[in-house]
Amino acid sequence: MELLGLFNYWVFAVLLMVGFYAVIAKTNMVKKLLGLSIFQGAVFLLYITMDKVDGGTAPIIQPGVVDAIYSNPLPQVLILTAIVVGISTTALGLALIVRIYEAYGTIEEDETQRLDIE
Amino acid sequence: MSIASQLPALQIVVPLLVAPLTVLLRGSGLAWAAATAASAMAFAIAVALTLTALDGATISYDMGGWPAPYGIELRLDAFSALLLLLTTGASTLSLLGARDSIAELMGESREPLFYAAWLVALAGLCGIAITGDAFNVFVFMEISSLATYVLIAAGPDRRALTAAFKYLIMGTVGATFYLIGVGLVYMMTGTLNFADMEARLAEVDEVRPIVVAAGFITIGLALKAAIFPLHVWLPNAYSSAPNLVTVFIAACSTKVALYVLLRFDFFVFHGNLVGHAFQFSSFLAPLAVLGILVGSAVAVVESNVKRLLAYSSVAQLGYILLGASFGDVAGMTAAITLMFNHGLAKGALFLAIAALAMHTRGHTLADLSGAARQMPWTAAALVIAGASLIGIPGTAGFISKWLLLQAALQQGPLGVVAAVAVVVGSLAALAYVWRIIEPLYFGTAEGSTAGGSTAAYTATPRLLLLALWLAAGANVYFGLIPAVPVSLSELAAAELLGHLR
Repeated sequence: MELLGLFNYWVFAVLLMVGFYAVIAKTNMVKKLLGLSIFQGAVFLLYITMDKVDGGTAPIIQPGVVDAIYSNPLPQVLILTAIVVGISTTALGLALIVRIYEAYGTIEEDETQRLDIE
Repeated sequence: MSIASQLPALQIVVPLLVAPLTVLLRGSGLAWAAATAASAMAFAIAVALTLTALDGATISYDMGGWPAPYGIELRLDAFSALLLLLTTGASTLSLLGARDSIAELMGESREPLFYAAWLVALAGLCGIAITGDAFNVFVFMEISSLATYVLIAAGPDRRALTAAFKYLIMGTVGATFYLIGVGLVYMMTGTLNFADMEARLAEVDEVRPIVVAAGFITIGLALKAAIFPLHVWLPNAYSSAPNLVTVFIAACSTKVALYVLLRFDFFVFHGNLVGHAFQFSSFLAPLAVLGILVGSAVAVVESNVKRLLAYSSVAQLGYILLGASFGDVAGMTAAITLMFNHGLAKGALFLAIAALAMHTRGHTLADLSGAARQMPWTAAALVIAGASLIGIPGTAGFISKWLLLQAALQQGPLGVVAAVAVVVGSLAALAYVWRIIEPLYFGTAEGSTAGGSTAAYTATPRLLLLALWLAAGANVYFGLIPAVPVSLSELAAAELLGHLR
């Protein structure tokens, strides 16, 4: 039960490291950006997990319903904002990659470095 | 409700609203004029806010009328006032001198977009400095960072693109680390407001998530602030960005990240985590010393002027962190004064480089040969700014180095080591500033391409020269009359460390 209760946090940690590995280890810029998206996605999961209250329902006040348990809506709002930030970052990153491809003819990071030295 | 009470909100709203308007302004110079006017207005607001903060008053502004712990609070104290002054001042001066070189670089069609991105970056940086809400800091940080990536990618050659991409990857990783930390703190305290967080942390029993959060936040912001050894994005970004953009980001963007780092580590965590002071200084002080030594050493051998100054920034960030890691009021005062004074010195130096580059085109030391003969005023301003960077008496840099040395010598045996590092770093600064000045004044003009293919720029634009001399003048003024930054720093240090229990 304890292990299962922490399931989401395990997924968070694994996703975080998968994304981080891709960011560090891959030389292809698109793969780096993919890793970055996974990395950010893991954090979204962390926030969404912590707002869940056992037996909680959507935080909407209805007439006639008293003493309902609600999940915390604030982290969901925060994460909506963070998702927008993530999308902007990915879009800007992809735009940069397009221009890097136009300028260098490659999107491998080590090759762009080699071309700069020459 | 008077307009004066709305100033904290206007500080962010003015640049943020003018940004989309500049996109619509076609025609030469219009977008530039609008951006400069908005930036100057933001500077005027920052001055007005600083005048109230000088009394030690804290202004709290409830965004949208929601009271503090529930709504987003804008909170202005001495520390944020100093940062606002630096950010808006640097933006205004670099915009003032930006018209001709940016018009040439961007072309008429892309110019309005460039200035829009600039204003968005300014709004984000102001927002970070003034907000009292941890998640709001993340949003503003990403607003300013995304705009800064665009500004850097506007650089003249293709290296700007790879530099911007590298900065984007590392900046986003840093911001995401910060987000994880804020999430963990929120999980334990249920609040995002800095002051409320500080109060509620005292009641938290299980401190492990908080310790983890402190780690994530410190590392994430250290990445954003380019603290050694997380500085690898900085030299490329500074050296390949357009010259005037380098002025802007070198003067303030790393300092604003450092501001959040100090605010979180000292204002929020310091009094609530047992042993945090020791961990902070034992972890960061060695990095600070290494940063000073390595940054200075690379600067001494680097041949590209902009990269040289970028590595000097890595060393200077080391001084700031060193002062903060002492963990007492004297050290913190020195660190905060350094943030301001280094912004002044580095901003003025990059402005001088921007003016020189309109003649010489290249950025290597050899390209500068003999340029002082054609541009005596620019060269003289560069000497003043260089003196301030080294810390020669009579300039702003001296005040902060002096405060730092005094604070270091109060620290006992390890403080002596720190003081030695500061002195060695300053001697190295003397060496690398001299490496710029020497070819400038005593080099033969052969290496210079001035008068050749760049005949169009026989005279430095008047406005650029004006901005440069205003910046150089500020270095001298705050060196002779340091009352404003020092008293603001003292107030800020007292507030950051006032929560010690």
